[in-house]
Amino acid sequence: MPTPLPSTSISEVSDSKTIALQMEKVSVYYGSNLAVKDVYLEIPEHEIVAFIGPSGCGKSTILRCFNRMNDLIPSARVDGRILFDGEEITGKRVDPVELRRRVGMVFQKPNPFPKSIYDNITFGARINGYQGNYDELVERSLRGAALWDEVKDKLQESGLGLSGGQQQRLCIARAIAIEPEVILMDEPCSALDPISTIKVEELMHELKERYTIVIVTHNMQQASRVSDRTAFFNAVATDQGGKMGYLVEYNHTQDIFSNPKEEYTRDYVSGRFG
Amino acid sequence: MKTDVSSRVVDKGQKQSHFTANLGSRYTIDRIFKYAAWGATGVSILILVWLLVTIVADGIGTLNWNFITSFPSRRAENAGIIAALVGTVWVMCLVALFTVPLGVGAGIFLEEFAEDNWFTRLVEINIGNLAGVPSIIYGLLGLAVFARIMQPITGGRSVLSGSLTLSLLILPVVIVSTREALRAIPNSLRLAGYALGATRWQVIWSHVLPAAVPGILTGVILALSRAIGETAPLIAVGAAVFISFLPEGLQSQFTAMPIQIYNWVGRPQEEFHYIAASGIIVLMAMLLVMNGVAVYLRNHFQKDF
Ligand SMILES: Nc1ncnc2c1ncn2[C@@H]1O[C@H](COP(=O)(O)OP(=O)(O)O)[C@@H](O)[C@H]1O
Ligand SMILES: [Mg+2]
Repeated sequence: MPTPLPSTSISEVSDSKTIALQMEKVSVYYGSNLAVKDVYLEIPEHEIVAFIGPSGCGKSTILRCFNRMNDLIPSARVDGRILFDGEEITGKRVDPVELRRRVGMVFQKPNPFPKSIYDNITFGARINGYQGNYDELVERSLRGAALWDEVKDKLQESGLGLSGGQQQRLCIARAIAIEPEVILMDEPCSALDPISTIKVEELMHELKERYTIVIVTHNMQQASRVSDRTAFFNAVATDQGGKMGYLVEYNHTQDIFSNPKEEYTRDYVSGRFG
Repeated sequence: MKTDVSSRVVDKGQKQSHFTANLGSRYTIDRIFKYAAWGATGVSILILVWLLVTIVADGIGTLNWNFITSFPSRRAENAGIIAALVGTVWVMCLVALFTVPLGVGAGIFLEEFAEDNWFTRLVEINIGNLAGVPSIIYGLLGLAVFARIMQPITGGRSVLSGSLTLSLLILPVVIVSTREALRAIPNSLRLAGYALGATRWQVIWSHVLPAAVPGILTGVILALSRAIGETAPLIAVGAAVFISFLPEGLQSQFTAMPIQIYNWVGRPQEEFHYIAASGIIVLMAMLLVMNGVAVYLRNHFQKDF
């Protein structure tokens, strides 16, 4: 059994880039269960960072810390410091509603609202007090998500009438409509066919110009194709019979895949376990 | 074993099979269950049809415009159902007015806002219990509280007292069905709203409630259909049986269709039994309309996820 490392020191990884998101010794509990332990992580601006690792090692849990979606799970408790743009985002002083405008999220299963494509885009803008022109916002967001040409003639039709891949891009368009700085994606392609997956991956390369992206993926080819850096998570069995996740290694994607420091990482990326 | 299709195929390939398909007996059981289910459905439908046919046969002869627009009378051929019909419409409208905001509101609170602690669990269990309390108990409660204690407000044995009593009766049903409708909304919809920076109320109001409307409406209308046929609590509260005027206000005396029908059925003269059947037809027509509205609304608002 490996000892969970006080994870990799990150400073060497961050070069001289501005840090968008940062975690210091973050642990997450569900009830009394320690789900993820002592994560240190620095995510630079305008990069794509991929989280990989076997199921149940806490990738989604860690991702949800960045926009405080764990607040919605009554049993969840987050320890440690999480910084966004240099400011701490945990605790009572930061309003999660305001934070979520700046840190958007795309889910595993496309979940457009059962409303028109137009209303899907404008909802977030409306509740956040958007002052500009809504028609322009819809066009801009849909173009940003590479969906405009496919839906421009049916903006008033239901978002649920689109194909799975289109729905997911609608969700991305909906997320960028409120002009976030970070977009979190939790296995955004796992419910999509290969062609839609490629489209979303291409889209991510464009989005990177304007946003910082953190993506959880099960697919190691995807991680190596899209991401600049990769964080490998693993889990160890605990004495109580549960599993506890930890960050094994975090580095430039190239290094993770071709020159991992940890044996576990090497085994995982070469497909020997997980 | 040899007669079995799959094992024969396997035998030809000289392979040892670990499966015996037994298709023959499996299909037989299939068929038996099909006929059993068919039979159960058939019996229920037959009983229903028989009920309808006898009622219509008894009541159709005396069902005419005169019957619908006349007040009750000592002579069956002059008697009509207008007082009870209008009374029932009054009561139904008031019950809907009271139960929709209260019941839906309570359902939203319990499902979307309340934390899971001993208090909410206690409330939950008791709402379930209340839904099972016999309606006559509600009638006695209504008599004591609405007709007696609150007489200065309700006017005693009035349409308002009756409506409040029936509202109490169906409130638990409305709450429970609201909660079920809300629970059927996938959580991914709520998460989508929160992730865009919506507050809880914005998520509920903009996304969860609209999606739950068909389910809530269906529950409300089914609850109202229960209320429309209730007799005992209204009798307990003191709805009159012989009324020759329409309700003029909330404090007015009133009667309702099931009471009128009950009264007619209890008379010795056979003519009254026929007009009782006519009354039942009117009551059922009203029920059908309500259920039709429920189905229409459900299909109209229905959205798939
Ligand atoms: N809402 C929750 N309530 C309780 N335990 C949870 C919840 N979500 C996740 N967990 C637990 O936390 C651990 C990590 O889960 P998760 O973050 O979903 O892993 P991953 O995304 O890497 O598959 C798992 O053991 C899981 O059972
Ligand atoms: Mg996950």
